[in-house]
Amino acid sequence: MAESVVNAEHPEGGAPEGEATRRDFIHIAAGAAAVGAGVMVAWPLINSMNPAADTLALSTTEFDTAKVQEGMQVVITWQGKPVFIRNRTAAELQKVLADPMSSLKDPQSDQDRTKPGHEPILVVLGNCTHLGCIPTFGAGDYGGWFCPCHGSHYDASGRIRKGPAPTNLVVPEYAFTAGSTIKIG
Amino acid sequence: MSGHESTYVPKTGIEKWLDTRLPIVRFGADYLALPTPKNLNYWYTFGAILSICLVVQIATGIFLAMHYQPNTAMAFASVERIMRDVNGGWLIRYVHSNGASMFFVAVYIHMLRGLYYGSYKAPREMIWILGCIIFFLMIATAFLGYVLPWGQMSYWGAEVITNLVGAIPLIGEPVLIWLRGGPAIDNATLNRFFSLHYLLPFVIFGVVVLHLWALHTAGQNNPVGILIPREREKKDTVPFHPYYTVKDGFALLIFLMMFAVFVFFMPNALGHADNYIPANPLVTPAHIVPEWYMLPFYAILRAVPDKFGGVVAMFGAIGILFVLPWLDTSKVRSMRYRPTMKIFYLIFVLNGLILGWCGAQLPDAAVVPGMPSFFLIDGQLNSYLWLTRLSTLYYFAFFVVIMPFVGLKETPLRIPLSISEPVLSGPDAMSGAVPAQAEKKG
Repeated sequence: MAESVVNAEHPEGGAPEGEATRRDFIHIAAGAAAVGAGVMVAWPLINSMNPAADTLALSTTEFDTAKVQEGMQVVITWQGKPVFIRNRTAAELQKVLADPMSSLKDPQSDQDRTKPGHEPILVVLGNCTHLGCIPTFGAGDYGGWFCPCHGSHYDASGRIRKGPAPTNLVVPEYAFTAGSTIKIG
Repeated sequence: MSGHESTYVPKTGIEKWLDTRLPIVRFGADYLALPTPKNLNYWYTFGAILSICLVVQIATGIFLAMHYQPNTAMAFASVERIMRDVNGGWLIRYVHSNGASMFFVAVYIHMLRGLYYGSYKAPREMIWILGCIIFFLMIATAFLGYVLPWGQMSYWGAEVITNLVGAIPLIGEPVLIWLRGGPAIDNATLNRFFSLHYLLPFVIFGVVVLHLWALHTAGQNNPVGILIPREREKKDTVPFHPYYTVKDGFALLIFLMMFAVFVFFMPNALGHADNYIPANPLVTPAHIVPEWYMLPFYAILRAVPDKFGGVVAMFGAIGILFVLPWLDTSKVRSMRYRPTMKIFYLIFVLNGLILGWCGAQLPDAAVVPGMPSFFLIDGQLNSYLWLTRLSTLYYFAFFVVIMPFVGLKETPLRIPLSISEPVLSGPDAMSGAVPAQAEKKG
């Protein structure tokens, strides 16, 4: 096929300076296909490192908050992570409700962090939002928690007040199912 | 692989036969015949010491893996079994755990030697960059290995370090879960850490081969820091073997004696007692500290009040080493002839030790107890928080301000024309030498 010879002077595929040839096209197409194939081969390997089905199956846990006495906290595990369930005293509750928003690093009202009708019960993940250590109950400058690793202070609503942690202690997705029993996850 | 001409002559029939099919003997002979400057001091023996450290870690690691169980229910007990029941298991484990510390002692000296004698400057940038890659891989490998005994420090170290990834905006959280293989550090994490801890030393081995290839191509630096012209090669260099195999061997023996003191008399001196408590996801140790060799970088992480900013600073502290060859504006390699830079260098070494010390302290503790202080922004000035910040500032300033600026401003001392000049007199010391100016063209 004479018309397939793009460059008559270089029928072997060479092109004049700066001009693309069919061979260039084949090189690019083959290269792109190889890269695509590489990605497709790599994906199952990378994806195998994501949480496995049995790990994901352990996604909910139930707990009766009536077991927590006023002024105390209970630590349970959910998905392998610690969860603080704290029954706050009236004084602690009054204090966190009175805090002005402007004094907070990650502004959030206490009402937004509890369920209506169950205000004294606070449910938060027990990992410091800085680098994941478990804050100490009742310690720190704000009467909530103090993280011994890098010095983050949380108030009794689990909100970050001082230190390197960027956000408040995370309130997991949960609901009161029957009376005082909660289901996390 | 080598930049110099081959001097190997096959003698026996089998050597001649092999040389035309697989010239592996020639490769080894040429490798050992590398012309090496005759003025190398003992600071230059750490390269050989490091290669032995790597071999020791791989060899002991392979045998430990025969007894270790990478499962959260069994890992801690299997390590205790190695210590108590496996024949000589205590020795293999103590060599492996202290070997990591010895490896880092040697690598820090090796890097500071390169910094002092300007071994990172043209034409040796690739040797330095490959070395930085090895250093980074070593840190990663050491971290992964420290998690395996599944003690309290293992678990919480893994928690804190993997959380660094979570600080990356947007993609941090999904990448963190992918890295851990679940919502929290668990069996999936331990399994993959074991797999990667076994893999990475072999990757390091591969990069070491490249590191040496680059060394043999660009040529060995020396304490005077000048390039050796071809005409002076015979006078100023000696073959690596036997001259430096013997010198390195002697230094290695001294090093191994120090290594043995740790293994046999103080095997836990560099570790933390908390790691003999099995991992407990519900209790954080009162005071989390990484192994000593990561303390300076841990201090930098804590110096920044912002979570992501701290992570960037910590990785930046390692990353900046990669561009060091382009930050130093001085044409003079060896700091022997840079009196101003030498002072900043000594402060840099001291500063590194201070950073390490800070990394092991509680941030709010007073540096000098009882000294009057005042509150500055978010902490007392007389606290490790502020000492760490000042140290971190010097660490970065050394590379981005002092290195470029001093290189342009300082007046170096006169550089010898040959490496023989400082010790010899007469024509033999000078013949064939080229003035420092001519060297720049090449």
